Amino acid sequence: MLTGLTLTEARAGLAARKFSARELAAAHLSAINSLNPKLNAYITVIPEKDVLAAADSSDAHYAAGTARPMEGLPIGIKDLFCTRGVKTTAASKMLADFIPPYESTVTAQLLASGSVFLGKTNLDEFAMGSANINSAAGPVVSPWQRKGDEKAALVPGGSSGGSAAAVAAGLALAATGTDTGGSIRQPAAYCGIVGLKPTYGRCSRWGTIAFASSLDQAGPMTRTVADAALMLEAMAGFDEKDSTSANKPVPAFSKAVGKSVKGLRVGIPAEYRAPGLAPEISAIWEQGIAWLREAGCEIVDVSLPHTRYGLATYYIIAPAECSSNLARYDGVRFGSRAEAPSLDELYERTRAEGFGEEVRNRILMGTYVLSAGYYDAYYLKAQKVRNLIRRDFTEAFEKVDVLLAPTAPSAAFAQGENSSDPVQMYLNDIFTVPASMAGVPALSVPAGLDSQGLPLGLQIIGRHFDEETVLSAGSVIEAAAGFTHKPALFAEAGL
Amino acid sequence: MSLDIATTRRIAKLARIGLADDELETVRQKLDGILDWFNQLSEVNVEGIAPMVGTETEAMRQREDVVTDGNCQEAVLSCAPDKSGPFYTVPKVIE
Repeated sequence: MLTGLTLTEARAGLAARKFSARELAAAHLSAINSLNPKLNAYITVIPEKDVLAAADSSDAHYAAGTARPMEGLPIGIKDLFCTRGVKTTAASKMLADFIPPYESTVTAQLLASGSVFLGKTNLDEFAMGSANINSAAGPVVSPWQRKGDEKAALVPGGSSGGSAAAVAAGLALAATGTDTGGSIRQPAAYCGIVGLKPTYGRCSRWGTIAFASSLDQAGPMTRTVADAALMLEAMAGFDEKDSTSANKPVPAFSKAVGKSVKGLRVGIPAEYRAPGLAPEISAIWEQGIAWLREAGCEIVDVSLPHTRYGLATYYIIAPAECSSNLARYDGVRFGSRAEAPSLDELYERTRAEGFGEEVRNRILMGTYVLSAGYYDAYYLKAQKVRNLIRRDFTEAFEKVDVLLAPTAPSAAFAQGENSSDPVQMYLNDIFTVPASMAGVPALSVPAGLDSQGLPLGLQIIGRHFDEETVLSAGSVIEAAAGFTHKPALFAEAGL
Repeated sequence: MSLDIATTRRIAKLARIGLADDELETVRQKLDGILDWFNQLSEVNVEGIAPMVGTETEAMRQREDVVTDGNCQEAVLSCAPDKSGPFYTVPKVIE
């Protein structure tokens, strides 16, 4: 079945001409046709003739012996990456009809390595959310269901929820995501797939619609660790057009997958064992520790003393940057526009009508913490605490090579749960936010199912620019877990 | 210190988001709850700690002061919700 392959398997099948890129793309379009109405994972599906034309071009590359690393592999693109000529909405009314005249660096690199784009995946509006319920295109439904409670529509996590649901349900072999405070890792964990947030600066931010510029980082969402390595090789690299892009060579990440981890020092952060941690999360974490120990790793207790301040710090800094970044949506240069008699009213109406509630509240919160009289007490203070959080990681990495922790404090919840109190919703990010604040790479790998039959993820966090060790440790967890579960909804199509 | 309605109105004005009076109160309550939660940071000692700006993994780069892009007026204007010739339009500002 073509929709169930990994990128690596599909690449081998294409190279051996067992099936064509056209067949592979057609199978995915048919899968999208059958399941997307239920899942709402894609906001925009690229017209069939364009998808098939791209696939035909890949077939020609295979025939000519010029196939590139991602040649003919059908993937989904989070609708936050600008794609030339293809509507890019950020799941916002504000950009409902926005057709970018340019291509983001990450998607341009994926196209240059032969990928075939299927469409633009759903997300929380402007990537702000942890459940993919804040989307102007409607919520994404997870393809997973609770045992004995099949009627409850579960969230796929967020903000890259459409990407996670699409990969889990057979609507794409892989997808791009972006991670600001956990938006790749948490939905990957909820949907039983692999998600990698690279080091800040590893992938260019150019052409990706900005949320919080000091935190935003693009990364792959895939079915295996090897696939994440392969796709990151295509996405990563220095870009003149992004002032914070890292001018460093891109390692052969794939070579790190499956490498021995004997002697690797794995840190277990004491502060992540928060009181009230769900027993099933605790148990899967213990299991992960045992797997790494069996593989020859040395387990070391470490402390990240400022962990408990991570969330509050994040929810000051990210909204501050968001209020600044989203100032550009003024109804004049692009995006939607409300008619009004004066310029001020034009701004105010456009922004009141164009932004959803969560985005509006974050802009207001960010404006508040940056405003005269409150800047020092909130924003400046948060930047200082952020430095302490980063220092926690730097000091821990003097003692250990990677850290192991749960990805999220629970399995996926249902739509409507956790949504009345914003602080309760923000707690979903408790284990993912600290690595974002420090800018270090982190990988979520599916490790098992809970008693309700829902996936749980483990997170491996590494040093700046050491995705390779993260991938090596991740592949050990992956092999030990042997996670082959499929969600209740999975589109079987092709061969 | 709790957030009052006048401050909420001022913030909405600064952010150029038009809110009706009943919306202002809802927003005030939401933000006030979050601000209260932020107060936990007051217990962190940041004496002598520099603020972290960005992730500081790369130093700022300089480049030659030359034009690297341009001649894309049409593409840029293609995104405008309203335009007149090569110009963006806005409601009349000067009487």
